[in-house]
Amino acid sequence: MSGTARFLRRIAPQLITLAFVLALISVMFPGFFNISIANGRLYGSPIDILNRGAPVALLAIGMTLVIATRGIDLSVGAVMAICGAVSAWGITQGYDLGSTLLMAVVAGLVCGLWNGILVSFLGIQPIVATLILMVAGRGIAQLITEGAILTFNDPNLIFFGSGSLFTLPMPVVIWIVTGLLITWIVRRTALGMLIESVGINLRASTLAGINSRVLLIAVYVTSGFCAALAGIIAAADIRGADANNAGLWLELDAILAVVIGGTSLLGGRFSLIASLIGAMIIQAVNTGILLSGFPPEFNLVIKAAIILIILVVQSPALRTGMAFFRKPRQTDVAKKETVTQ
Amino acid sequence: MSEVANSRPLLRATGVTKIFPGTVALDHVDFTLQPAEVHALLGENGAGKSTLIKCLTGAYRRDDGDILLNGEPVDPRGTLDAQSYGIGTVYQEVNLLPNLSVAENLFLGHQPTRFGMISGREMTRRARETLSQYGLDIDPARSLGDFSVAVQQVIAIARAVNLSGKVLILDEPTASLDSGEVKMLFDIIRSLRDRGIGIIFISHFLDQVFEISDRVTVLRNGRLIGTEDAANIDRVQLVNMMLGRELEHETRETGKTDLAPGAPWLEFDDFGKKGRIAPFDLKIRPGEVVGMAGLLGSGRTETAETLFGAVTHDSGTARSRGEEIELRSPRDAVAAGFGFCPEDRKIDGIIADLSVRENIILALQARIGWARPVPRRRQAEMAEDFIRRLDIRTSDAEKPVGLLSGGNQQKVLLARWLATNPKFLILDEPTRGIDVGAHAEIIHLIEELCAEGMSLLVISSELDELVAYSHRVIVVRDRHHVAELVGADITTDNMVDAIASAHNGSAT
Ligand SMILES: Nc1ncnc2c1ncn2[C@@H]1O[C@H](COP(=O)(O)OP(=O)(O)OP(=O)(O)O)[C@@H](O)[C@H]1O
Ligand SMILES: [Mg+2]
Repeated sequence: MSGTARFLRRIAPQLITLAFVLALISVMFPGFFNISIANGRLYGSPIDILNRGAPVALLAIGMTLVIATRGIDLSVGAVMAICGAVSAWGITQGYDLGSTLLMAVVAGLVCGLWNGILVSFLGIQPIVATLILMVAGRGIAQLITEGAILTFNDPNLIFFGSGSLFTLPMPVVIWIVTGLLITWIVRRTALGMLIESVGINLRASTLAGINSRVLLIAVYVTSGFCAALAGIIAAADIRGADANNAGLWLELDAILAVVIGGTSLLGGRFSLIASLIGAMIIQAVNTGILLSGFPPEFNLVIKAAIILIILVVQSPALRTGMAFFRKPRQTDVAKKETVTQ
Repeated sequence: MSEVANSRPLLRATGVTKIFPGTVALDHVDFTLQPAEVHALLGENGAGKSTLIKCLTGAYRRDDGDILLNGEPVDPRGTLDAQSYGIGTVYQEVNLLPNLSVAENLFLGHQPTRFGMISGREMTRRARETLSQYGLDIDPARSLGDFSVAVQQVIAIARAVNLSGKVLILDEPTASLDSGEVKMLFDIIRSLRDRGIGIIFISHFLDQVFEISDRVTVLRNGRLIGTEDAANIDRVQLVNMMLGRELEHETRETGKTDLAPGAPWLEFDDFGKKGRIAPFDLKIRPGEVVGMAGLLGSGRTETAETLFGAVTHDSGTARSRGEEIELRSPRDAVAAGFGFCPEDRKIDGIIADLSVRENIILALQARIGWARPVPRRRQAEMAEDFIRRLDIRTSDAEKPVGLLSGGNQQKVLLARWLATNPKFLILDEPTRGIDVGAHAEIIHLIEELCAEGMSLLVISSELDELVAYSHRVIVVRDRHHVAELVGADITTDNMVDAIASAHNGSAT
């Protein structure tokens, strides 16, 4: 009971922000919340946000865990490109869907393993370690696609981009299921606490007997896995693998989603659900700008401004500032207490 | 209580109040510091001592109260601002910058300059000069993080002394110092006092309090209990003021007469690590308490870290009940039933943002693995149990451990290892920063656990304490185990001899 209350309190700022952004959009576009159903699939702007936000949401899941260990994974965009390329290559080479997906996912896991080993065994700073793959990854993807945009027509693979399940677009189903599953795993086991512990104080955690190395590798592998799913969705969506543009800059959106979700870049306490809401906030902003019909040149500037406002509103400085106004009352209470004693 | 207002006070604080969520840390506390006096601030763990000085320096915003410096109201906004008023502070948790050099840490913010440029050479020279006053012969150009807590503590003190024109505040400065360094520090404090500086001194070592202070102020549960002249009060009265009750079993003069019988179950042969500790042999019996004495940097902590696998040994073997065991990492050690409370609780011990409950179950959880979480109900029970048994002062088990007072954090660490039910527990300075009442409780607890068969290796700078509970004491010097004292030979004099003697150890 108090656990639920605490959870709600934790994600309240993100929920309020999301509601605020959505309300703003719907004031400008009264039809915004209209949802229709056709061919067994839901349509409408809110669904579109959930759908378009899928890659960032998936990346944000892995990124949250990585950031909780006081790391960062800059390579996720590039890993998306690699995994998209692998899936396009697999399907065009005539492998069946299962093997193709398996190869793409394994590619993501291997990328994560590489990052994890650099960080945990070689002790390279995460930002540098993952920068290597961020730069090299697109090259690897180009090697796989042989420099061209590798297109495919396999309806089974395309299904992951534009198909639907239980009336929801497939990408939405994938990120929600992945998000819930990973949340369930880290919170039902002790993993969540151990990850936080390692992120807060690596030395002390190791001395307490935590296997920090394996834990660090595990979070980067998870991040690779999430990037692989995002890569498959992105490729299936455009029916082709574009080594240069797939997932471009999405690592930054993923980091932003985590930050908006209230997880500190200094590691420690994290909330996957809050990060997912963060990803949706970003997508809502994107969609809103798109709907508003501003010239595209303005998009990035407006997005930056909106996000700045969100971060300032959530910042601890502002919170303490607000607490400052409440202070006099607190002291009065204390005085009363002491008088009675 | 009120004190006679002699001359004009240097620093006067009235009605200082500080409220944290769930805790009234300070409740209208009055405090007066005269010029040229050493004023001890005493109280149990969590009494509010550190909070009071943080309110004085502005490191915490006080909720109420006034501060007068030389009769003028002042409102310092933080440590740096306080320095500009001539108030130098060393907090309980050393807060220097480990990545910078020793010299830079000493002079940060007021480096010696030459033609407007910071003069590195001049700074190093002055640093060396300053440190030599404390008997510290180290290279000031090396980064601070390379040195032990004790050395860092001395450097923090030296920095604060340099900066304090009027008031010097020292929060448990002697917790990690040995007797020689304490003596040196006290000489410096006396000379500062003779120059008219007022010194606030927080310590749990009552002997030191009586040695150095002119007056004492006692806090309990955030309230002022009283201020007295040190000359007019004795130890028992002081303890009563602090605890609000009599202390039952405070000290024990004699060592353990008999060695715990039985064959050793842990045997370390030729165990060592190059550059840290020379190979040594060590045998541990069930229920035995092995003490370890030596100066700072002599190799005590290094021995502990090597035994626990925090530093991987490069020679020798370890056997448990005759079977060779692997000890390459803390995980191996924990699997073998070892536990280790490290010396530096802030860096090696607590996970500051995790709750008291999570910190207590952490090592247990790490041992049984991530896949089998300790049930929430069980976690809460264990936390409550240890909070009660070790008298951990916290508003509740969900409070982040970093918000507890220093001594209470130390108790949480002890609880973390006791929760794993270790067979062999290594304690590096376990009673550091722990108040007199809890000190006795913890020693009592240690004895109980040993009676149940747990073995213990205790490193302590307090030789009396070692005498009180050790069956055997190992003396370490220059990274070698140089002597072993058993039974009636365990006396402070013998230990001091063995620590000091230039060559062979004395009694065996
Ligand atoms: N930042 C904080 N937030 C919440 N509670 C705090 C904070 N700092 C201190 N406290 C609480 O205030 C009380 C007084 O703590 P303080 O550190 O002043 O004790 P202390 O007398 O210095 O004890 P010790 O001898 O253990 O160092 C404790 O109950 C502690 O838990
Ligand atoms: Mg304190």
